Amino acid sequence: MQKFTKIQSTAVPLPMEDIDTDQIIPARFLKATTREGFGDNLFRDWRFNRDGTPKADFVLNNTMYSGQILVAGRNFGCGSSREHAAWALADYGFKVVVSSFFADIFRGNALNNGILPIQVSQEDLHTILTAIEQEPTTTFEVDLEKQSFILPGTSLAISFEIDPYKKMCLLNGYDDLDFLLSKRKQIEAFEAQQLVF
Amino acid sequence: MGKTLFDKIWESHVVDQVDGGMEILYIDRHYIHEVTSPQAFDGLRKRDLPVFRTDKTVGTADHNVPTKNQHLPIVEELSRFQVAKLHENCEAFGVELYGLGHPYQGIVHVIGPELGLTRPGMTMVCGDSHTSTHGAFGCIAFGIGTSQVEQVLATQCLLQKRPKRMRITIDGVLQEGVLSKDIILYIISQLTAAGGTGYFVEYAGSAIRSLSMEARMTICNMSIEMGARGGLIAPDTTTFEYVKGREFAPKGAKWDQAVTYWKTLYTDEDAIFDKEYRFKAADIGPMITYGTNPGMGISVSDEIPSASTGGSFDKALNYMGFQSGEVLMGKPIDYVFIGSCTNSRIEDLRIVADYVKGKQKAPHVQAMIVPGSKQVEAQVKREGLDRIFQEAGFDFREPGCSACLGMNEDKVPAGAYCVSTSNRNFEGRQGPGARTILASPLMAAASAIAGKIIDVREQLN
Ligand code: SF4
Repeated sequence: MQKFTKIQSTAVPLPMEDIDTDQIIPARFLKATTREGFGDNLFRDWRFNRDGTPKADFVLNNTMYSGQILVAGRNFGCGSSREHAAWALADYGFKVVVSSFFADIFRGNALNNGILPIQVSQEDLHTILTAIEQEPTTTFEVDLEKQSFILPGTSLAISFEIDPYKKMCLLNGYDDLDFLLSKRKQIEAFEAQQLVF
Repeated sequence: MGKTLFDKIWESHVVDQVDGGMEILYIDRHYIHEVTSPQAFDGLRKRDLPVFRTDKTVGTADHNVPTKNQHLPIVEELSRFQVAKLHENCEAFGVELYGLGHPYQGIVHVIGPELGLTRPGMTMVCGDSHTSTHGAFGCIAFGIGTSQVEQVLATQCLLQKRPKRMRITIDGVLQEGVLSKDIILYIISQLTAAGGTGYFVEYAGSAIRSLSMEARMTICNMSIEMGARGGLIAPDTTTFEYVKGREFAPKGAKWDQAVTYWKTLYTDEDAIFDKEYRFKAADIGPMITYGTNPGMGISVSDEIPSASTGGSFDKALNYMGFQSGEVLMGKPIDYVFIGSCTNSRIEDLRIVADYVKGKQKAPHVQAMIVPGSKQVEAQVKREGLDRIFQEAGFDFREPGCSACLGMNEDKVPAGAYCVSTSNRNFEGRQGPGARTILASPLMAAASAIAGKIIDVREQLN
C-alpha cells in the first residue's frame, strides 16, 4: 500500500446523499480479476450515457472540477461490500473522500487501499461544498500526521478523527495483513484452546 | 453487569487487543465466491502464502452464474473466466468448492445454513455484505472487503473495532399476509438506510421468536441495508431443530455438547445496549419500497411521503417515476423477480406456490423464480412446486444471484418496474435504468398475478 502523508488539492463536489457502491462501480463491471482499471467505470451510469458518451451534467465530466479530493453527501459508500468501489476511486485518482457520514465497510475498504475517509460535520460539509461551488479552484490541504483538513487563508480548519492504528498504517504504507502475519504464534495458541462446535 | 449475546460471542473470539482499541478477531468460518476472491488469492501468491485453514473455508459460484443451462459452458466470456478462476484458485490452494454443477452449489448465504456449516456461537465472514444473514443462527457474521478476504485466508483473523450494540424488539402477532420481509423493510423505513451504521443489531421479542429459521434469515440478511454490520437472533429450539441432522452439523455426543453450549448464548437480562428500539408487530403492513434505497419503504396502502432530504429524495422519486403523495396500489408492473439470498429458500417458494396455485400471472408481466441453491431446486421439484410455477406462467430457473444484481444475463430493462424479493433497490441494481420495488415473496407473487401492485391482505380470506 502507498504511504499517505499530506496532500494539497482542489476537490470534486458530489453532494448527493446515500451514494451506494452500486453507483460507484456497477456490478456488471465486477468481473475483472485484478485490482486495476476500475477507474474507467467509476460512477459509470451517472457519468456516461448508455451509448458510452459522457453525460455533460455529471461533475466528473465538468472540466471546472478536478482534484484528488471527493466531497460527497451523507452516508457515502453504503450497500455492497465490494472493495472494487475503493479500487475505482483510487484508480481514478482520488486520495481523500470527505463526507458527513461513511458506511462502515466502505470506510474500512478505503483505509485498506490508501484512501483517507474524512468525516466532517454536516455544517462543515456545507461550508466546503459552498467554497468549491463559489470557486472550483479552491485548494484544500490535508495533513494526516496532524489530522487536519484546512482551507488555507480562511477559518476553515477541521481536525478529523482516525483510529491510531489505521493512521500508523497509512503513514507507513503498512496493511493489516503485515500485522496479522506477525501474530501467527498467538493465533495458533488461540486455536489450541478454542472449543468449536 | 450482564452481557449481550453479541459480546459473549465476540469476546470468546478475541485473540489479542491492539493499541487504540482494535482487536484481533478469530474467524470460525470463511465463505468465498467468484467476485470478491480472485484479487485476494493473487495477494497470497504475491506473498507466497498458503491458505492458513482450508478446513474453515468454503467456496461457491453464485454471483455470475447463468440461471439457465448450467450444465453448458458459461456463454458470457468474463463471467466464464471469473468462475474458472475460482475453480483454479480453490484447486491450487486446497479449498473446498461447491462450484457450478455441484449438488451443493447455490447462493453462499443459502448454502451455508442448509449444509449445517453455519452454527450458533460462530464468527463468520464473506466478501459480501449480506453475510449478516447467518446471524439468524446466533452467530456473528458480517461482510468484508477483498483485502480482508486475503487476511482471513492468510491468518483466519481480522483486525476489528468492536461495533456498538443495538437491540430491536418486535412484540406481538403479525397481521395475516405480513411476512418477515415486511418486518425488516418496516424497521429499515423507520431507522433509515444509515440508522444502524456503527452497530451490530440483536433482534428480539415475541414476533421474532415465533419466526422460522428461513424467516429469521430474511431479517438478519437485510441488517446491512440500515448500515449495521450485522444482525443476530439468540438461538433457541427452532434453531437447534433446523441445524440438527444437516450434513456438517455435529452428531452424536458432540451434538449434545454443542446444544448445551448453544443454550448459554443469550443476552443477560441486565445487559445494556447502546441503543434500543421497540415496535409492535401489529403495526406492520405489507411493505413496498418507492425509492432507490431500502429505507424508502411504506406500507402498501400508504402515500409516498414528501421530501425529507431535499435533492437526493427528489432524484430517487424522479428515477422511479413516482411522486410524493402518490399511492402505489394499482400501479402496473412489468417484471417480478422471486429469489436472492433474502427470499429464495424453500419456505419462500412454498409461500409463492401456495398463492399462485391454480392462478395465472398477468400476460404483460415477466415473472422469474430463481431458487437459492441446488438443494432448494431439488426440494421444489420433489414437492412438485415447479409444476405449479410453470402452470401459473412463472419461469422457474436454476440457482444463483441472478436479477438481484444483474451480473449475469438476468436483467430488468431500463424504465421497467420490477417487484423484487431481493434486498436492494439502488439505481441500476437490476440493470441500467431498472426500477426496483422491494417486497415480500407473497406481495411479489400477488403482483405478478394481478399485473399491478396490490394489497395482498385483500386477497387472503
Ligand atoms: S443474492 Fe444478491 S444480495 Fe445476495 S449475495 Fe447474491 S448478489 Fe448479493
